[in-house]
Amino acid sequence: MASLSIDALNKSYGETKVLIDIDLAIDQGEFVVLVGPSGCGKSTLLRMIAGLDAPTSGDIVIAGRKVNALAPAERRIAMVFQSYALYPHMDVRKNMTFGLKFTGVPAAERDKRVAEAARMLRLEPLLARYPRDLSGGQRQRVAIGRAIVREPDVFLFDEPLSNLDAALRVSTRVEIARLHRLLKATIVYVTHDQIEAMTLADRIVVMNQGRIEQIGKPLDLYYEPANLFVAGFIGSPAMNFFDVKVSRIEGGSALVDGPCVAPLTVPAGSLAQGDSATIGVRPEHLTIGGAGSLATTGQVELVERLGEASFAHVRRADDKLIVAEVRGRDTPAAGDVISLAAPAQDVHVFDAAGRRLVTAESQ
Amino acid sequence: MLKQRAETLGVHVILIAYSLLAIGPILLVVMNSFKARNAIFGAPLAPPDATTFSLVGYTKVFHASHIVTYFTNSLIITLVSMGLVLLFGAMAAWALTEYRFRGSTALAIFLSIGIMVPIRLGSVAIVKMMRTAGLNDTLTALILIYVAQGLPMSIFILSEFVQQIPKDLRDAARCDGVPETRIFFEVIAPLLRPAIATVAVFTIVPIWNDLWFPLILTSSDSTHTITLGVQQFLGQYITDWNSVLAALSMAILPVVAIYVIFSRQLIGGLTAGAVK
Repeated sequence: MASLSIDALNKSYGETKVLIDIDLAIDQGEFVVLVGPSGCGKSTLLRMIAGLDAPTSGDIVIAGRKVNALAPAERRIAMVFQSYALYPHMDVRKNMTFGLKFTGVPAAERDKRVAEAARMLRLEPLLARYPRDLSGGQRQRVAIGRAIVREPDVFLFDEPLSNLDAALRVSTRVEIARLHRLLKATIVYVTHDQIEAMTLADRIVVMNQGRIEQIGKPLDLYYEPANLFVAGFIGSPAMNFFDVKVSRIEGGSALVDGPCVAPLTVPAGSLAQGDSATIGVRPEHLTIGGAGSLATTGQVELVERLGEASFAHVRRADDKLIVAEVRGRDTPAAGDVISLAAPAQDVHVFDAAGRRLVTAESQ
Repeated sequence: MLKQRAETLGVHVILIAYSLLAIGPILLVVMNSFKARNAIFGAPLAPPDATTFSLVGYTKVFHASHIVTYFTNSLIITLVSMGLVLLFGAMAAWALTEYRFRGSTALAIFLSIGIMVPIRLGSVAIVKMMRTAGLNDTLTALILIYVAQGLPMSIFILSEFVQQIPKDLRDAARCDGVPETRIFFEVIAPLLRPAIATVAVFTIVPIWNDLWFPLILTSSDSTHTITLGVQQFLGQYITDWNSVLAALSMAILPVVAIYVIFSRQLIGGLTAGAVK
């Protein structure tokens, strides 16, 4: 049974459409991450699930109940905010129990839940402290604790790690993944960080300009992006794109050709002669000097060394920049002219509308 | 560096001069209230010494007048008015910033007009109204007027502070299932404490010092306030300066006390820890 489902949800502020025809079904215990660039509507969607904003049209159903007309508290959800939103004048214990008082949880039960949550989040020594005396990571754990004690049907996280520094972000991320396994809770998690999305999610919902671009498992999105947007958004550094034209169709294959890329045969799919198309290849699939069906050359402008890999930024003759990943110690130097190639199975082909061509081979 | 120092010095000179100007008369009143009548007129600027020291003013005030009643009246009026102004002011500020409803903008404008129109303009109408309502010569009448007088400014100031409270806090409380009234009283109001203290000080001073409305609305000794009560020592032919100065000196104390209490609250940073 779906723990949360959203049907034909729309939201507009006057003429501006913020969310357009959102359909989404989330299973019990699933960890779903909404990801997209800022302004794509992911936070608005989350606030509407929480009941903090009202949809213009469409339904939200939580655990089989239509909750459109219900107040946030009646939806059996709990939300963790980016800013933590702890009550500054209450200590940690009070922060966690404050809401429970009003929802009819008896005192003994409140204490039990706080003790349990504090144990899970290692908050026991902090229970009597005030938020101002806590570090950012501790505050975020308290905010999560406040959500846990509510025992909600659905947890909502709104960019919970954005205010933490890099090291803390990684450890809190692991913490959240651990909690999810422990609580077997349904979680909807909003972030703009694709690494958080990839590492945490059972399924990722990629959003752009108020629409859902693709819903899928992390690796499915990586290997089979539905369109140019998802292909460019998932993966870091981003996929390289080449504009090409279809010069010939022969049998099931299309010969495509474009500036700075050697003519290349791809499965034809729905392409017709004369169509423009885009081919994409990820930096990690390009090899220097290797052989492959996609080949291009350019001059190295910059090399970013990460340790296990380096990223070579290569300026093509048409002035576009592409990025190739180089493994090991033997990296090219700035100024070198190199040729790059990628094997056919790693080349993605998108039609003029930006949709990825689904072919027998790519599946 | 030097220029900065000179500027700081200049600012301080001006501030010190202003402080002396403001404190001077008060100091004179307090000093002279402890002197005998001849000394007040003989050497008004001299502090009391062994020969001129006298408590005659205070003795007279306590024995020959209803000063205790006046004091009680003033305290009741000031504290009740202040309480109501703060309560309604904070609630209105919260409602006007938090909820959008039909006429909310019009209401906000109507309330801010109150800041610009002096309430004394309506004196005649107010006297008529109070008489019709049967509130003439009661403390209730004064309290109602002072609440009306203090509300616009307090709503204006508190609205500014309400806007600074992070919206996430209110959202978090709503998700937590806290009822709206409790959100106001238990989440918002505690965070408004520094602002409320400021408004409290702003509100009580003009109420405590007001002479006009007690003068036109109260007629019996049992409803006089301290500022009005002092006037009975100022006669057409003789003025009992000892009593006047003694009563005035005492009238300063409660306001100072209230200020000291509230100034402790005038510390910022109460929201520290709420959000990053």
